[in-house]
Amino acid sequence: MTTQAADTTVRAMVMVDAPVERAFSVFTEGMGTWWPSTHHIAQDVIEMVFEPRVGGNIYDRTADGTQIRWARVLAYDPPSSLVFSWDITSQFGIETDPEKTSEVAVTFTAEGPKRTRVVLEHSKLDAHGEGWEQHRDAVGSLDGWQVGLDAFAKAAVG
Amino acid sequence: MNANGDAMAALGDATRRAIFERLVDGPLSVGAIAEGMPVSRPAVSQHLKVLKRAGLVNDRAVANRRLYSLDPRGLAGIRAYFDQFWNQALGAFKTAIEQTEEQP
Repeated sequence: MTTQAADTTVRAMVMVDAPVERAFSVFTEGMGTWWPSTHHIAQDVIEMVFEPRVGGNIYDRTADGTQIRWARVLAYDPPSSLVFSWDITSQFGIETDPEKTSEVAVTFTAEGPKRTRVVLEHSKLDAHGEGWEQHRDAVGSLDGWQVGLDAFAKAAVG
Repeated sequence: MNANGDAMAALGDATRRAIFERLVDGPLSVGAIAEGMPVSRPAVSQHLKVLKRAGLVNDRAVANRRLYSLDPRGLAGIRAYFDQFWNQALGAFKTAIEQTEEQP
């Protein structure tokens, strides 16, 4: 389910049958267990590392040991909230100018002992707006970004 | 601005989503889009009209063909893009967390 927020924000929500602490830890330190594998910034990512602290990074590690840092942890308040930056350019390179990055805020609310509401807001999307012009071609080079989505849709259903 | 609302609604249809996804790889003609799809070429044209109205797709004439591509101007496309991505990612998150929970 998604709802409309500001024009520059995308909002998504999911309810999970798990305690809030577990939802938070799987989302953060367990990110590699659920992140769509075709949506890594490099081809041969073997591990996704989430550094659980403000100022930490989220990075992908490739088979040859290269670390690709694609997010900065801006807020870290377990088990209730989290904010990280989205330091990926419209051409799927790493954005080094923080002014041109967007932000992902996630909140975790206990709805019961084993039920958690997870609300995600990806805001400041206009920061990438300028590059959207080249995005069309760039997205093609990602090869499988959309194909991957279909696979996850199936996995989520099955 | 309800352009984004239109974009979301336009992508609510599975066939239009498939057309949109096909254009992610670059501009295509109606014929090329329709190839391998379970709907007719006129149907694809109709869906393209809806996508165009929603600001997701634009078209231009090249030689004697009309090529459709993702609209590079607005935020509608990038929003639609992340909207889809996060929905699927959170779905995968839900699946992962609920599957592993069953294990001791």
